[in-house]
Amino acid sequence: MENTLERIYADAMEALASATDVDAVSDLSTQYLGRKGHITHYLRNISSLPVAERPQAGKRANEIKRSLEGEFKNTLTRLANVSKTATDRIDVSLPGRVPEKGSLHPITQITNHICNIFSQMGFDVVEGPEVETDYYNFEALNIPKNHPARDMQDTFYVSDNVVLRTHTSPTQPRVMEKQPPPVRIIAPGKVYRCDSDLTHTPMFHQVEGLLVDRHVSFADLKGTLTAFIHQMFDDQTTLRFRPSFFPFTEPSAEVDIRCVICRGKGCRVCSQTGWLEILGSGMVHPAVFENIGYDTNRYTGFAFGMGVERIAMLKYGIDDIRRYFDNDYRFLSQF
Amino acid sequence: MKVSVNWLKEYVPIDMAATDLADALTMAGLEVEAVEDRYAHLETVVVGQVVDVLPHPNAERLKLCRVDGGNGMVTVVCGAPNVMTGVRAPLARVGTRLPDGTLLAKTVIRGETSEGMLCSEVELGLGLDGSGLMLLEGGFQPGTSLKTALNLFDCIFEIGLTPNRPDCLSMLGVAREIAAIQGVKMNPPVFSLPDVKGDIRALTSVTIEAPGHCPRYAARLVDLITVAPSPYWLQDRLRSVGVRPINNVVDVTNFVMLETGQPLHAFDFDHLSGHRIVVRTAADQEPFTTLDQKARRLSDQVLMICDGEKPVAVGGVMGGLNSEIEDATTRVLIESACFDPISIRKTSKALGLNTDASHRFERGVDPDGTLFALNRAAGLMAELGQGRLVEGVIDEDFRTSGPLVLSLGVRSTNDLLGTDLDRDRMAALLESIDFEVQADGEAALQVRVPSFRVDVTRPQDLMEEVARLSGYNQIPTTFPMLPAQGTTPSPMMVRRNQVREILCGFGYSEAVNYSFISADSCDRIQLDADDPRRHHISLLNPISEEQSVMRTTLVPGILEAGQRNIARQQNNLRLFEIGKVFLPQSDAPLPLEKEMLVGLWTGRRATATWHTREAACDFFDIKGTVQGLALALGLTELSFSAMPDGQCTYMRAGHTAQVFHDGGMLGIVGEVDVEVVNTYSLKQPAFIFELEVEAIGRLASDSKQMAPIPRFPSTARDITVIVDQTIESGRLLDAVAQFGEKLVEDIYLFDVFAGDPIPAGKKSVSFRVVYRSAERTLEDETVNAIHHHLTHRLIDEFGAALPA
Repeated sequence: MENTLERIYADAMEALASATDVDAVSDLSTQYLGRKGHITHYLRNISSLPVAERPQAGKRANEIKRSLEGEFKNTLTRLANVSKTATDRIDVSLPGRVPEKGSLHPITQITNHICNIFSQMGFDVVEGPEVETDYYNFEALNIPKNHPARDMQDTFYVSDNVVLRTHTSPTQPRVMEKQPPPVRIIAPGKVYRCDSDLTHTPMFHQVEGLLVDRHVSFADLKGTLTAFIHQMFDDQTTLRFRPSFFPFTEPSAEVDIRCVICRGKGCRVCSQTGWLEILGSGMVHPAVFENIGYDTNRYTGFAFGMGVERIAMLKYGIDDIRRYFDNDYRFLSQF
Repeated sequence: MKVSVNWLKEYVPIDMAATDLADALTMAGLEVEAVEDRYAHLETVVVGQVVDVLPHPNAERLKLCRVDGGNGMVTVVCGAPNVMTGVRAPLARVGTRLPDGTLLAKTVIRGETSEGMLCSEVELGLGLDGSGLMLLEGGFQPGTSLKTALNLFDCIFEIGLTPNRPDCLSMLGVAREIAAIQGVKMNPPVFSLPDVKGDIRALTSVTIEAPGHCPRYAARLVDLITVAPSPYWLQDRLRSVGVRPINNVVDVTNFVMLETGQPLHAFDFDHLSGHRIVVRTAADQEPFTTLDQKARRLSDQVLMICDGEKPVAVGGVMGGLNSEIEDATTRVLIESACFDPISIRKTSKALGLNTDASHRFERGVDPDGTLFALNRAAGLMAELGQGRLVEGVIDEDFRTSGPLVLSLGVRSTNDLLGTDLDRDRMAALLESIDFEVQADGEAALQVRVPSFRVDVTRPQDLMEEVARLSGYNQIPTTFPMLPAQGTTPSPMMVRRNQVREILCGFGYSEAVNYSFISADSCDRIQLDADDPRRHHISLLNPISEEQSVMRTTLVPGILEAGQRNIARQQNNLRLFEIGKVFLPQSDAPLPLEKEMLVGLWTGRRATATWHTREAACDFFDIKGTVQGLALALGLTELSFSAMPDGQCTYMRAGHTAQVFHDGGMLGIVGEVDVEVVNTYSLKQPAFIFELEVEAIGRLASDSKQMAPIPRFPSTARDITVIVDQTIESGRLLDAVAQFGEKLVEDIYLFDVFAGDPIPAGKKSVSFRVVYRSAERTLEDETVNAIHHHLTHRLIDEFGAALPA
C-alpha cells in the first residue's frame, strides 16, 4: 500500500517535470488531486487498510497532497511567467537616453598632461601675463635690442616697450625675481608671434620649465627631459640632444624624438629625417642669473620650452594647426 | 645658407658619405635642413651615340637623328651644327627637367617625332658653350649615365645657422667644423698676389669719420681691368649655392664673401669724386639710390660710404647705383671693412633691406679677416679681369680691443655638463676648431679665442664648445635632486580645470579663440559708446584688421565660433571658453588680464529620438547650466535677477538675468539680442552666459560637513496662489524661505499658469513645501497650522489670492 502511494507521488512529479504548458499542469492537477484523482481516490480508500497502518498512511498521503499542491502551483506560476516573457519584450537595440558629452580642447588636455608629469616630479605650475614688457620678454633673457636673435621670433608690438609675449620664457625672470633658489617651475600659456601660414598660427601655446639649484648639470637636464618624454609618449621613444642656440641658455640644446609616426623611417611629418623637434632647452645663461642677482658661482639651472600644438598634433594625429582655433564642433567633439 | 660639398672639398678632405656628413654637422650644431643632389636633373641624361643623321623633311636647319641610348634607338630632332654620325653627346630622355625649367616631353617638331634631346653644355647647365652639342670624348658606352661619365657628383646642404655662428656663414667656417668632426686639418686657400705697380696712397685715401660705426676699413685698387663674364668654374661655384653670376668683378666679391664670410664691395673708381672714400653717417633725410634702383631717404643713424662729395654706398648693406661696376669700368676699388653689428642692424631694419652683407655684419664678421679677404679678391680680380694690381693696401684700423683670453676650469666645466672629461681632452676639442689653448696648471686652461668666434665671450661659451664637440649624446643622463613630494597646483588652476570638467559633463565642448579680435567687434555686439570694453590694447603690427586688438570680452569670439559652425550646418552647439580679456590700465604699463568664462547654447536641447520629442533650448537651459555649475562647485546662494533694460546691449531685454552672489555680480546669463544674432548670422536664438572665473574660483568651496540623515518622515503640502503677472515667482519662494519656519525643509515650484480661468494680468503659481522635524514625526494638525500661516503671509505680502 505504501509503495502505491510513493509510486503515485513519483509518477506525479515526473509528469509535472515534463509538463510544458499551463493546460498540461491543470490536467495533471485534476488527474492527481481532483475529485476523481489518484490521491483523492487513495484517501477515500484508506479505510480498506489495516487499522494499524491507517494513521501513518493518512498522514503521508496528506503530506504528499500538500506537496503536490505546492508543486503544481509553482509550476503554474513559472509557466505563466514563461508565456508572459515570450510576448512582453523590449527592443534592447533601441538607443538609450545618452547624457550629452562635451570635450576638453585638445590643447587643454595636452597642457594638463604635461603639467601633471612635471608636478609629480616636484615642479610648481605658475602663470604669467600674456601682454609683457620688452624687458621680461627679451632684455632679462639676454636678448638685447638690435640683437639678431630677435629675428628668431616675429614679435607683435603694443608699444615700443610692450609686446605680446613671444614665448613663455618671461615667466623665468618673473619667478626668479620673487624668490631665491631653489626654483622648480613649469609655466603653461598662450604665446604670440606675427606669423600666419600653413604651419603657423599667430597665437599658440607653450609650456616653459625652469629648475635652479646647486649642482644642476646638463646631464640632469637630459635625465629630466628623457623621463618627461617617456611619460608623454612611451618609454621606448628615442631622444637625441643636439646643439642649438637660445640667448638665455648656454649650452643650448634642441631635443628631437624619433618620429612617432614612421618610427624613424622618414615620412612627411618628420620631413623624411626620422626625427621630430620637440623641445628647446639648455643650461640657464649666466647673464640671465646676473640680471636677477643670483650668484652664478653658487647656482646653476636648466630651462626648457615646448610647443603644445606640436605635441597634440603628434599625440592625436591632427594634420592642420589652424584647426585648433577654428572651433569646428566636429573637430572639438572628437577629443 | 647653402654650401656645396664639392666646394668644401677645396678646403678639407671629406671621406664621409654626404648624408653622414649632414647628420654629423647637425649634431655639431649646424643643422642641415635639406640635402639636395646638385645634379639630380641629370638623372635621366645618358651618353647617346648618333647612329645616323638624315635631313628633316620639313625644316632646312633641322636634322633627324637616330641615337643609340644604350637600350635601343630613339629618334631625335636636332638643330645643332656639329651633329654628325658617330659623335657621342648627352641625350636627355623624355621626362628630364632642364635647368631652365623645361620639361622634356615626346614632341612632334614640324611633323617629325622627337623622343628626347641631344644637348649642349648650356642646356644642361654644365658650361658656357651653347654653340653646339656637348661632345663627349672618351669612348663611353652609349647609355652610360652622364653623371658617371663626367663624374658629376655634388650635394648641396641647406644649413639653418643659429644667429650665434656667423663664422659658419662661409665655406671656410663650415670646413673648419668638418675638419674637427673628422679629426683632420683643413687647408685654407693659398694664393700669391700678381705683380703690382704704382702706389695706392698716391691715388686714393680713406677717411673714417664715424669709427663707432666702422672700426676698420681697408681698400685695394685694381687697374686696367676688363669687365667680362666670369669663367665657368667661378660661375659654377656661385650657381651651386644659388648665387647668380654677373661679371668677373662682382662675382669675385661674392665668391670671396662666400669663401671667407667677409662681405666685400667693388666701386668703379672713376665714379668716385675726388677718388677718395669718406666713411660718415648720413645727413637726416639725405637722398640716395641703392643698387636695387630704389630711391631712399636716409636718417642720421645710417652709415654711408661716400666719395669726395656724395654717398656711394649704404655701408655694409648695399652699394649705390652711382658707383656700380659697368661694362666700361677699368679701375676698381675693393672695399673690405668691419662694421658695427648694431649699426648695420638698425640700418637694415630701417631701410627694410636684408642683404648677404648685412646678414653677416649684423652677426659679426671676423675683424682680423679683413685683409685676407681683400687680398684674395684683389688677386682673383686682377687675374680674371686681366688687370693690374696697384701696390699697397689702405687699412684704417680704429679697433681698440685685442684678442680675448678666457680661463676655463676643468672642474666647473664637468660640473656644469655632468661629465668627466680631463684637461687634455678639453684642450684637444678646443684646438680642433682653432682655439689656442695652454694648460694653466692641472685644473684649468688658458684659451685664446680666435677672432672669427665673435660669439665666445665667457667660460660657459667654451663649455658649450666642449660639450658640442664631444657630442651631447655622450653626456650622461642623470636626474636632479628633487624633493620627495610632488606639488599641488594653485587653487585657481584647480578651479579652472574643475569648471572645464563640469561643463564637459553638461555636454559643453571647450573652444579656444584667438586673443585678438577685430576692432569693430564692439560695434558688432552693439556696445555703448562709453562702454569701457571699447578701450582696447591695439597691436602696432597686426596680421590683419580681423586680429588687430586684444579682446576685452569673450563674447564676439564665441559668437563667431557659433557663426562658423552654423555656416557648416552644425546647428546644435554647446560651447564654452575660458580665457583672458585685456583691460588697459591708465596707471600701469601692462593691461589688467582678467580671466572670463563664456558659454553658448544654441539649437536643440533634445534631439528627436524614438523616446523624446525634439525641443529647442531656451533661457532655462542656459540658466540651469549656471545653476548646475554653481551646485557642482559648492557655490551656494547664487541669485538671479532680471537685468534692467539697457544694461547689456548685446542681450535680449526681458530675457536676461544678472547673476549675483552675496550682493556681488558674477556675470550675466540669457538670450542674445536678436540684432546681434542677425549680425553673426546665427539664424536661430542663442543663449550665453558670461562669468568672472576669478570670482567663481574664490567663492567655490570644497569644505564639506556631514549633516545628520533624517530619522523621521517628511510631509508635503502644496500651495497655489494667484498673483500679479509682474511678481517674480522667485520672490515668492524667497519669501517662504525667509519666513523662517524651522520645520520647512524644502520648497520647490512645480507650476506656473496664466490664462483662463485665471484673470487677465494674473498668474497662478504652485509650489510644494516639505515639512520635517528632526525630533519627531509631525502630526497633520501641526503641519496644517504652519502651512495655513505661510499661505496667509504670502497672501498678505504679495496681495495674492487663493484659487476659486
